Amino acid sequence: MKVLYFAWLRERIGVAEETIDLPADIGTIGALTDFLAARSPRHALAFADRRSIKTALDQVFVSPDTRLGGAGEVAYFPPFTGG
Amino acid sequence: MPRIVVTAEDFDTGAELDRLSAGAGAVSSFVGIVRGTTGGRALAALTLEHYPGMTERALGAIAATAMQRWRLLDCTIIHRIGRLEPGARIVLAAASSDHRGDSLRATEFLIDWLKTDAPFWKREDFADGEAAWVAARQEDDAARDRWIEGPSQG
Repeated sequence: MKVLYFAWLRERIGVAEETIDLPADIGTIGALTDFLAARSPRHALAFADRRSIKTALDQVFVSPDTRLGGAGEVAYFPPFTGG
Repeated sequence: MPRIVVTAEDFDTGAELDRLSAGAGAVSSFVGIVRGTTGGRALAALTLEHYPGMTERALGAIAATAMQRWRLLDCTIIHRIGRLEPGARIVLAAASSDHRGDSLRATEFLIDWLKTDAPFWKREDFADGEAAWVAARQEDDAARDRWIEGPSQG
């Protein structure tokens, strides 16, 4: 599965994109976030404040309880600030 | 057919508005510009990041909503990415219609929704060398939400 990070999440983790082998017991966005946060101290710092992080599954907004299904791409980012 | 552009290049505001003018009775627009200071601190530049693919989809959905909601002939959203210095244009939202009410309201809607619903992020690079990601503002959420139940039909 491809995981993308944007803005300060990308800076804190140090990469824009990772490809991960998803353990079979991880079925939801929330479980994936827990799994990613445990990958390194940088990940732990980036995911420390979950409330300030949004998630998209195959480019559609989702919540932590959304099931991953056969999704190919998960993105983590702060709230949008364009315009 | 809405014109949606995400680019590092500058845009020609006059040419874009001329493009919308053909056959229209009214053209309205909003242009966002990089300010020279923020919170009293001098700014060297804004750096705009986005989510390729999702961005175009989100902007297209916002434009389509405007086309459905008001009597528009056409609309345009152009958003720049990358490093932009003070004075640079960041964004253009524009709409054309037969009469002013529709294009004016649609333009305001386009920029209000773009701010909260399109995957762009701004980093402020200050003149003193520090940098900080801009935090989302509650006022922007409120500006977006007033279009959900407020008066809409021009």
